[in-house]
Amino acid sequence: MPRFFFWMAEVMSKKIDAELVKKVAKLSRLELTETEVAEFANQLSAILDYVEKMEQLDTTDVQPLAHCLPISNCLRDDCAKPSLGTEKILENAPDTDGDFFKVPKILD
Amino acid sequence: MDCNCKKLRDDIAAGRIKSAEAVEAVFDTIEKNDSKIGSYISTFKEQAIANSKQLDEKISTGKSAGILAGTPIAIKDNMCTTFGATSCASKMLENFHAPYNATVVEKLISAGAIIIGKTNMDEFAMGSSTENSALLKTVNPWNTQCVPGGSSGGSAAAVAAGMCSAALGSDTGGSIRQPASFCGVVGLKPTYGRVSRFGLVAFGSSLDQIGPITQNVTDAALMMNVIAGHDPADSTSVDEKTAPVCDCLEKIDEPIGNLKIAVVPQFNTGADGDVQKAINEAIEVYKKMGAEIVEIDMPHLEYSVAVYYIVATAEASGNLARYDGVHYGHRAEDIENYIDVYCKSRAAGFGKEVKRRIMLGTYALSSGYYDAYYLKALKVRNLIRGDFLRAFEKCDCVLIPTCPTTAFKFGEKMDDPLKMYLSDVYTIAANLAGVPAISIPCGFDGNDLPIGLQLMAPAFGEDKLLRIARMFESKTDWHKRRPPII
Repeated sequence: MPRFFFWMAEVMSKKIDAELVKKVAKLSRLELTETEVAEFANQLSAILDYVEKMEQLDTTDVQPLAHCLPISNCLRDDCAKPSLGTEKILENAPDTDGDFFKVPKILD
Repeated sequence: MDCNCKKLRDDIAAGRIKSAEAVEAVFDTIEKNDSKIGSYISTFKEQAIANSKQLDEKISTGKSAGILAGTPIAIKDNMCTTFGATSCASKMLENFHAPYNATVVEKLISAGAIIIGKTNMDEFAMGSSTENSALLKTVNPWNTQCVPGGSSGGSAAAVAAGMCSAALGSDTGGSIRQPASFCGVVGLKPTYGRVSRFGLVAFGSSLDQIGPITQNVTDAALMMNVIAGHDPADSTSVDEKTAPVCDCLEKIDEPIGNLKIAVVPQFNTGADGDVQKAINEAIEVYKKMGAEIVEIDMPHLEYSVAVYYIVATAEASGNLARYDGVHYGHRAEDIENYIDVYCKSRAAGFGKEVKRRIMLGTYALSSGYYDAYYLKALKVRNLIRGDFLRAFEKCDCVLIPTCPTTAFKFGEKMDDPLKMYLSDVYTIAANLAGVPAISIPCGFDGNDLPIGLQLMAPAFGEDKLLRIARMFESKTDWHKRRPPII
């Protein structure tokens, strides 16, 4: 393909630009490098182009299906049971202070 | 030593071999071969041998030792165990020690299984080749230049190479069946809700399901008898009243009379030549046993990959929000404020594919795009489910290839995520519709790589599905072939 058309195709299929990638990364609480931003812009655009084949289907009268089987939640009896305990849970914590998870200061 | 589950269990129960001997023999094989294959992230040799000796004592006093009595079993490293780490093959959880056992692990131990190790996988089960593991490389025992498939690649390679009697995998879009197909073993994804997900590290919660990877169909039935059933700790596991657990083993050798199998012509013709040929031969095997073959159209299945990569990533973006660098998992060092704790810890803890999927899912759920992507995907998911409901009015099961190709080479699809996603095109639909599906060996391609045959049945029809699979297995010997590496 001549370079110009290749460039056109790239531009036209770019659903996600660097700015949008950065916005989504912020929502996802992910720090990305500039290289990752560029790479994800291309890859996510290509994936979304593919995903849009769903548009070929008319779904006007179709209900969204969030759960594939006609069953509802099976709730257990509401009775208290022993929990794992603070000590056990804190064993995996990156930083602790007594019975607490420790994090950097949140309010100035 | 023949280490398939049922035979070994029978031998141990009858006193022909001791569990400790079997477990030691399996560790010999692991020590000899796993440096080449890379199935296990962690192994528990001392604990396993000690447990097997205890079990041997129990058996020698005439006590019942459970239906898996002394057999060495491997667990995918995304199921919680109180022993060893539960890493999900991620730097995020590399040093995570779960405070409880997954329900499936408890059930295996109660049945007398000896847990020998935790197997490699794509990070957080995201991938189709196990190349996304941040901790280890697993190769295909049939050809070390090729991937074992994924995401349960470590489990499938371990079973194929005789490094355990059976293994557990998890399947969100094909992660049990595709590696089973690539490694020439049996892999079953049960009906959504049949097996408890309590203690399975969540990826796509409406799709995830734990299931067995085994050397043969009978072993898969045996494993199902152990792990299936309602669990009060998982509110999506189905209750006894809705779908009682049935004995999968009892009638496993009884063929199904008046069997009707549906084939979907466009799916077969989309596969590689060798795969097509093997599938056509498999259809002939069923015909010879008197099965009626009907051709059906499942027009919405071609949209499976599109739907899946919206639904699964949307669910993943929520599920993986819990890795915040605060409660457990990796925390970055260079932290200036609390936002850094999240952003930098997640940047360092997650690999590229995990980040890509979190990004895609967050985008699909974000304001302004929700209707176009997520809601649309849920509607098309309903159409796919409808295809299955209509199909099962005409047949007992649907037969298609497990994968369009056999195992591919390392690196072949790593630069193009979409190409990797499309390798799951035949397996994803069963997850979206929630129905059980099994992959069984049905031949080899020109390069001596295994080919998998996939059978899909109505929800909660595992017993019948396994019998249909067993019918094919009883007339063929593909499942008896072992890779050259052992």
